[in-house]
Amino acid sequence: MSAVTCPECEAQIGLDAGIEVGEIIVCSDCGVDLEITALDPAAVQLAPMEQEDWGE
Amino acid sequence: MTTISIIGGSGYGGGELLRLLLGHPQVEIKQVTSRSRMGEYVYQTHPNLRKRTQLKFSDPLQLEPVDILFLAQPHGQAQLHIEAYAKLAPKIIDLAADFRLRDAAFYEQWYGEKHAAPEWLSKFVYGLPELHREEISKASYISGVGCNATASNLALLPLVKADLIDLSAPVILEIKVGSSEGGAEGNSGSHHAERANVVRTFSAFGHRHTAEVIQEMGVKDVSLTMTAVDIVRGVLATAHAKVKQGVTTKDLWKAYRAVANENPFVRVVKEQRGIYRVPEPKILSGSNYADLGFELDESNGHVVSICAIDNLMKGASGSAVQCMNLMMGWNETLGLEFAGLHPI
Repeated sequence: MSAVTCPECEAQIGLDAGIEVGEIIVCSDCGVDLEITALDPAAVQLAPMEQEDWGE
Repeated sequence: MTTISIIGGSGYGGGELLRLLLGHPQVEIKQVTSRSRMGEYVYQTHPNLRKRTQLKFSDPLQLEPVDILFLAQPHGQAQLHIEAYAKLAPKIIDLAADFRLRDAAFYEQWYGEKHAAPEWLSKFVYGLPELHREEISKASYISGVGCNATASNLALLPLVKADLIDLSAPVILEIKVGSSEGGAEGNSGSHHAERANVVRTFSAFGHRHTAEVIQEMGVKDVSLTMTAVDIVRGVLATAHAKVKQGVTTKDLWKAYRAVANENPFVRVVKEQRGIYRVPEPKILSGSNYADLGFELDESNGHVVSICAIDNLMKGASGSAVQCMNLMMGWNETLGLEFAGLHPI
């Protein structure tokens, strides 16, 4: 199983076999969405996420 | 079974201790004392324990020897009677503030009176496993922890342990507290009409728990501002500090992750999705977890570190039971596995 490093928090994230480029995974530590951008070697980038705004 | 008794079991701390120890697989509760409730069933004071125990409050003067004695009395009592208590049990865990500070002069500075048993201060280990796990496992006498101090110390722990704070700048802790911190005895301020819907700063600085933060974190320029809010259980400590030059968010992740990995009841809560993205005491009621979160403004080095706990659990009785587990060589989490409730 290959692994990637979360660009947000540097957690090590194991990748499941069969994962494909373009899939979105979630960092188990900081919870950001990560898009798989390459498989050999595996690479990810931050994927856009919905922001929360409580202030009005 | 290990035998235990609780001195002063009618307060909220004592009640929480009873709830935990009645479900603990290694202990048997022999006696629970209360002068004001002597002869009454314990569940008449702590109604959540109905059908869990037929224990009655007993006379503190008729205590019998046990393996472990828990002290859950108002502050000031334990130091007056510690010699007698030590003859009843080889191990003592005190929930009050009597033996939290190591130095008698420091105690007098913060509590405004001389300590009645200063020779006992050095015999006690400060009872927060996240700070003193090894010492606790070898100790015979464990002190309690202040609930606000615990939230503050755990908010600061990753930053201090990894040496990330610029100590030339002040450390400010804004602390929101629930009404159960005030104890089971009411006063005019806890009257429902006065306490309901409140957001009331009752101590801008100088709160006694500050002494525990200075002692345990080694941070001298620190202020705790206490604000009562409209919850029953819970403490939320929000620390403001400056990080050292060059410290990044990734450095903070490493520091917080390290503390969470070393401590079974510490969790990092810094989510990007959902409602509970930062630590909140709401979902911790009845659990022994401390949830930590942080944000860093990398443009100016301002770090905000947040810790949420249940004041009666991680901030008092939960930590006391965790200390007992360590002291007895049992699994640290025994009897403390409750995950809390959601929704609540």
